Amino acid sequence: MKQTIGLCIILLIAIALTLGIGVRDVTLMDMLQAFIAFDPTNPVHVVIHSVRTPRLVAALVAGAGLGMAGTVIQSLTRNPLADPGILGVNSGAAFAVVVGALLTGRSDSGWMSAMAFPGAALAAISVFMLGGGARGQAGPVRLALAGTALNALLLSLVSAIVLARNETLEIFRFWVTGSLAQADVRPLAGMSVTAAIGAALALLLAPRIEALSLGSALARGLGTKPARIQFGALLAVTLMTGSAVAVAGPIAFLGLLVPPLARRVAGHALRRELLASAVIGASILLYADTAGRLILAPSEIRVGIMTALIGAPMFIFIARRLRPGAST
Amino acid sequence: MTATALKTELLTLGYRDRIVIQDLTLELPDGKVTSILGPNGCGKSTLLKAMARLIQPLSGHVSLAGEEILKIETRALARRLAILPQASKAPEGITVADLVKRGRTPWRGLLAPWSEADAEACERALREVGLADLAERAVDELSGGQRQRAWIALVLAQDTPYLLLDEPTTWLDLTHQLEVLSLLRERNRAHGTTVVTVLHDLNLAARFSDHLVLLGRDGLVETGAPEKVLTEANLEKAFGLKALVIPDPVTGTPMVVPR
Repeated sequence: MKQTIGLCIILLIAIALTLGIGVRDVTLMDMLQAFIAFDPTNPVHVVIHSVRTPRLVAALVAGAGLGMAGTVIQSLTRNPLADPGILGVNSGAAFAVVVGALLTGRSDSGWMSAMAFPGAALAAISVFMLGGGARGQAGPVRLALAGTALNALLLSLVSAIVLARNETLEIFRFWVTGSLAQADVRPLAGMSVTAAIGAALALLLAPRIEALSLGSALARGLGTKPARIQFGALLAVTLMTGSAVAVAGPIAFLGLLVPPLARRVAGHALRRELLASAVIGASILLYADTAGRLILAPSEIRVGIMTALIGAPMFIFIARRLRPGAST
Repeated sequence: MTATALKTELLTLGYRDRIVIQDLTLELPDGKVTSILGPNGCGKSTLLKAMARLIQPLSGHVSLAGEEILKIETRALARRLAILPQASKAPEGITVADLVKRGRTPWRGLLAPWSEADAEACERALREVGLADLAERAVDELSGGQRQRAWIALVLAQDTPYLLLDEPTTWLDLTHQLEVLSLLRERNRAHGTTVVTVLHDLNLAARFSDHLVLLGRDGLVETGAPEKVLTEANLEKAFGLKALVIPDPVTGTPMVVPR
């Protein structure tokens, strides 16, 4: 209980900082008024509405989505090093963005984001099929192998394209480090709904995923259908990580960093773990973004870089606190 | 003859093109403790898995209390029959209580919250295996015997009238083997639960079981009460083992002494 309240306070402060800090600092009163009594002639209200709220929503979608997706994939594979990127979502999105830019010549952020989700989803479906998922034979190891192979293939294709065509390189190098800066032109509403569906699916399936994490023989003995649960769980992961990459670009580390923190707070009860993951993921992303905006103000460090900068030391710290001899 | 719990008819089991068990017809009594015995590779575990519907037979049938097992809906089956496979691995750092809770899976709807009945079943299971005081400990901090009891508590929490266990005493020292087998027999005596285990130790099996199934490399050798099954001729046939069978000085059940 204490931990729940603590997590919520941490998240609320992060939200207030995101809405409050910027070129024009905003007081708490202004924030509330911007939502309760919006005044279109008040520039402060306009900034909150059209710039900072989209940024906040994008961070919530990406942070909560990546955190929850990481927890699902780690429970499913029983591997504390599993990352939602295992499904090829990020490389699929990158490939779609680059190919989209190459074919249409468009380079605006909204268009790239619109390409990212279908690319991510297609990659995840391919990994599932290549891993034998359609025949119900996709175990975690097969999926990891198929994911690694597809990731390598797609990233080499991306490199080939950006090397050959300079204009795609320009687009790609900005997209590839995730950012929340252009959230207002990205397909926020659709992706929020998509991520929410993924999150609901994960929460719904949580008790079944718990059973599956005891091994498929015992899971079947407990009356579950492993192939179906795995499909549902991977679908949830794809919806959440696909939305995240569409609203914020690829953000490394979050899916790896959040699950061990959530387990520390919630123990091994998957629904609680998932809720904790959502809050922790969103908080880390918001603080990273705020820090990125403050350090080099008035210019900013992109949030994809900030999460890696903050996340890497945190992750090493967590890894060192694991009991020696802890199995993978 | 008591009622039949599990029955196999002309059951043939195997993997790919290797047949492990051929045309086995067998009846296991209801409300009793049955142990399946036999040399390595004779298909004991495969038979147990087929009886829990974890593998599909190549041909033949398995029925549970007269009902064809393939026709029982998955979750309904899990509410009647629990199986503990061999060497299950617990998620890193999980507590005993959280592990045992997962045994309630077949009783929980997708949206139903954790119920009073769920909590009671888990508490009862933890008491039965003597782990009530260690419920909040991590499973991987427990001793081998305690860990195995935690797994058994999981299937006890599943609260089924039929309980199948694949080598529940492997890796345990003698004291812990006795402990595990007595708790299974207590469950049987107290609740009438039908218990079916695969065991390696013939003498322990004879002590704790009402009924034995002895398999050899060429299929069923003998089935029935321990005195009927563990004879010198049957052991020679199943294991190729020359042994003396004498009454166990403590319990009077047959005791196998290899020559």
